[in-house]
Amino acid sequence: MSAPAFINIQNLSVGYTSQSGEIIRVLRDVSLSINRGESIGLVGESGSGKSTLALAALGFFKRGLRALEGDVEFDGIDMLALERDDLQAIRGGRLALIPQNSGQSLTPTLRIGQQVAEALRLHSQLDESDFEARVVELLTQVRLPEPATLVSRFPHELSGGQQQRVAVAMALAGEPDALLLDEPTTGLDVTTQAHILELLRDLASERNMAMLYVSHDLGAISRVCDRVVVMYAGEIALKGTTKQVLLAPRHPYAHGLLASIPRLTQTSLPLALDGRPPMPGETITGCAFADRCALADERCQSTPPALKQLESGEEVRCFHPDRIDQLPVVNKAAANKTVTQKGEVSADHGGDALGLNQLAISYAKPSLWNQLFSSGSTPPATVDNINISIRTGETLGLVGESGSGKSTILKAIAGLISPKTGHLVLNGEARLTPKVEDRPALHLRQIQMIFQNPDDSLNPRHTIAQILAQPLRLYFSLTGEELRQRSIELLERVRLGSHYLDRLPSQLSGGEKQRVAVARAFAAEPAIVLCDEVTSALDVSVQAAVLDLLNELKTQQGTTYIFVSHDLAVVKAISNRVAVLYQGRLCEIGPADAVYSGPFHPYTDVLLGAVLEPDPDFVPKLSADDVVELSPPETGCPFQRRCPRKLGKICETDTPPARLFDNGHQINCHIPETDL
Amino acid sequence: MLTMILRRIFLGLATISIVSLIIFAGVEILPGDACTQYLEQDQADVELLEKCRDDLNLNRPAHQRYTEWALGALTGDLGMSVNGEAKISDLVGARFANSLLLAFFALLVGVPLAMLLGVITGLWRDRKPDIIFSTIAIFAMTIPEFVSATLLILVFSVWLGWLPGIVLTSAGSPISEFFPEILLPVIVLSLVMTAHVMRMVRSSVIEVMASDYVQMATLKGVPYWQMVFRHALPNALLPAINVVALTIAWLLGGVVVIEVVFNYPGLGRMMIDAISDRDLPVVQAIALIVASIYVCINLTADLMTMIANPKLRTMYLRK
Repeated sequence: MSAPAFINIQNLSVGYTSQSGEIIRVLRDVSLSINRGESIGLVGESGSGKSTLALAALGFFKRGLRALEGDVEFDGIDMLALERDDLQAIRGGRLALIPQNSGQSLTPTLRIGQQVAEALRLHSQLDESDFEARVVELLTQVRLPEPATLVSRFPHELSGGQQQRVAVAMALAGEPDALLLDEPTTGLDVTTQAHILELLRDLASERNMAMLYVSHDLGAISRVCDRVVVMYAGEIALKGTTKQVLLAPRHPYAHGLLASIPRLTQTSLPLALDGRPPMPGETITGCAFADRCALADERCQSTPPALKQLESGEEVRCFHPDRIDQLPVVNKAAANKTVTQKGEVSADHGGDALGLNQLAISYAKPSLWNQLFSSGSTPPATVDNINISIRTGETLGLVGESGSGKSTILKAIAGLISPKTGHLVLNGEARLTPKVEDRPALHLRQIQMIFQNPDDSLNPRHTIAQILAQPLRLYFSLTGEELRQRSIELLERVRLGSHYLDRLPSQLSGGEKQRVAVARAFAAEPAIVLCDEVTSALDVSVQAAVLDLLNELKTQQGTTYIFVSHDLAVVKAISNRVAVLYQGRLCEIGPADAVYSGPFHPYTDVLLGAVLEPDPDFVPKLSADDVVELSPPETGCPFQRRCPRKLGKICETDTPPARLFDNGHQINCHIPETDL
Repeated sequence: MLTMILRRIFLGLATISIVSLIIFAGVEILPGDACTQYLEQDQADVELLEKCRDDLNLNRPAHQRYTEWALGALTGDLGMSVNGEAKISDLVGARFANSLLLAFFALLVGVPLAMLLGVITGLWRDRKPDIIFSTIAIFAMTIPEFVSATLLILVFSVWLGWLPGIVLTSAGSPISEFFPEILLPVIVLSLVMTAHVMRMVRSSVIEVMASDYVQMATLKGVPYWQMVFRHALPNALLPAINVVALTIAWLLGGVVVIEVVFNYPGLGRMMIDAISDRDLPVVQAIALIVASIYVCINLTADLMTMIANPKLRTMYLRK
């Protein structure tokens, strides 16, 4: 053994004492070491203990948790034995954290400048008088626009990407030797994420820092890390170089995790990883992954495997690392699914399920006050000039960054917001009444919505039976035994059993809750289902299962989907046609394959270039800045201000013409067809 | 920002005028009128009744009387009390000053104490200081005021004889004469108020201490007390502004029970007296004043929140 690593975690177990006095372990016997100049990725599903491990490196445990055994050392200092004062000197100084969701991690009542200066006051030798200049310098270093004015802004005035950059600047203020990153890009737009990751990569190599990068996003990990550690149920399942883990994983869990990620290079649905990880405190007799593993045999069920090193250098907690290739191979299995499952919309299905005609939506409704007392100019509409017809049985994907108006369009279809102009046509004949409360029951039944977060969309005090009964009573007047039978049928269709009926949403996992939300939508036997980022709040493995389920239900019932997501790979996996939106205007629409293979709208090109694939050899192409625009331009192309291929004045003044290609592929751009 | 303030003031005025309409209409809908109520219908001498109605202008149509009343109220003239002996504005003025006095001292003691205890119980959640103060607060909140008031009178004035148990000073007397009589009512009021505000501050502190930004501050190496004062408290105390405002409005609007128990000559007791005297013009006037107090205090609280909360402040400044 050489000298101990810079960050050295040995045999660490973390847990809490439950109300019954039992000690519940959240992390079990975890060892991890990081040297200077090295960056390690920590991946796993939610609840796998990865954030707990990262915070433990700071000697910090969330309320209730404590270190049960093991050591945490930072540059030879025992972090678990330090006094509060000494910890304060290290935290945010030599060892800095970049948190998840900086929007909530910056203090709302303090200005950006004050918060960065505070880090300087705590951890630098600078004089108070030099702070201002240094803060501006730091903000410039993380490439924030107009740093001199930004210092007097409050966190809420910045976009998500900017807030994240401030968090990076704050961490750099202490001139750290090591960075801990806790899902630093989760929740950001693809382009923003790609830019932040490039920034972190550059900083790490510039300063020769040790980095621990926690994420569930293997794409991000592959871009930033040299080595990857896969966690499962509070244990390390696999340790290896990024290439080893991402290209030829030797643990069935890592294999399943990778297979469940939708990729741009793949036209089919990803392979779902069934089951759920054991909860902390559950008794595990054998391998924690055995219940979900296709390779599991009797030994796996009875004896816990130890972490052992393979000849190729990886460390694996599995009895069968040599049998991984017996697991279903990602592409082959998924490829034959494509044809049958994503199924082309046959022509004889005919008819449009829904038409959006000249739709324009504006949130800026003049208030009573403004109507009475002033007549200012109205800002450009949030969503404008949307003409899309959705064929029966097809899945239309809507993609775009946050603020692209995709959810707004869904809200208008659901009747939650009234369009400013234009209208919606159902089944090619009936005009939909704008407001949901004025719609006839038939229309209400035909259009159902599934929301992003099932925690918010399911009433926490209603049992699953009550949740499912509502649409069944309302639309079909079912009661008694009939109602119960139908509810069970619905649950079985979403692969949940009748024993779920009496449970409350809080007793279900995230994926199970989203299945209930799907079942509730399908209880109404809808013609059109609106899916608003339905998988964004779920782990990748669960996401694959929900996508699979949605697709299966569609093929069974010929349902039409409108599927909104910021994740381009997910949209590609499930959609027949894809519409790309920017600032509430349509940039491009066409068959999924055509939109993803080109010719491209410049914006689509930018978006696709920024997507990170879980492949260490993949390099993103960053062609436009990740500026956040708050409102669409008044005239011309919506993308004019960021477009890397802008032609000139014409883009600012004239609405881009529709360039038409085969199969109804349409690109709204001033660049002629042949150059796109 | 300025249009915003003007707009809120305008809406406040609109609220008050609607309330004034409702009060006026309420009184109109009552069977009989101020004079029949006052002179007790059956025994009333017809001549006396007519004279009373003449004095109070009750023979004119309702809308004329409303306009007159409303315009009068705007200029501070609330009309005459039904017995025709005094101008209501004079009667109310002195009483209102007394209510203000009581409220001022109750707030002076209660607000800082409530904040302090709220922060202490929030920071030491589920530990000894929290358990002790929270338990006391629950008692203070749940025991009705007249019970706690009576108990305090029993202890401090009957048994110990330290403080007078009743206010004998009359409405118009100078402030100094209210001491030490005012002390017991102040203690009872601040007890109730402190309990309410403290519990609110406590839960707000707990919520903020569990927030991501407080965790981030800790992991940035900010020392504990600096974290509490710079990062946690400014955010935790923001919601307190509105609760304190409601308490102020409650105190100024006349704390009926306390004023009756201690015989304190404030707005609340005046209202009770006016009701038992069936002095409708006075009841009407006090109702309007109390409504206006609520509107004004809430307006002030909203503006203060807006100034103290950067999110709201920038929202209106940018426009």
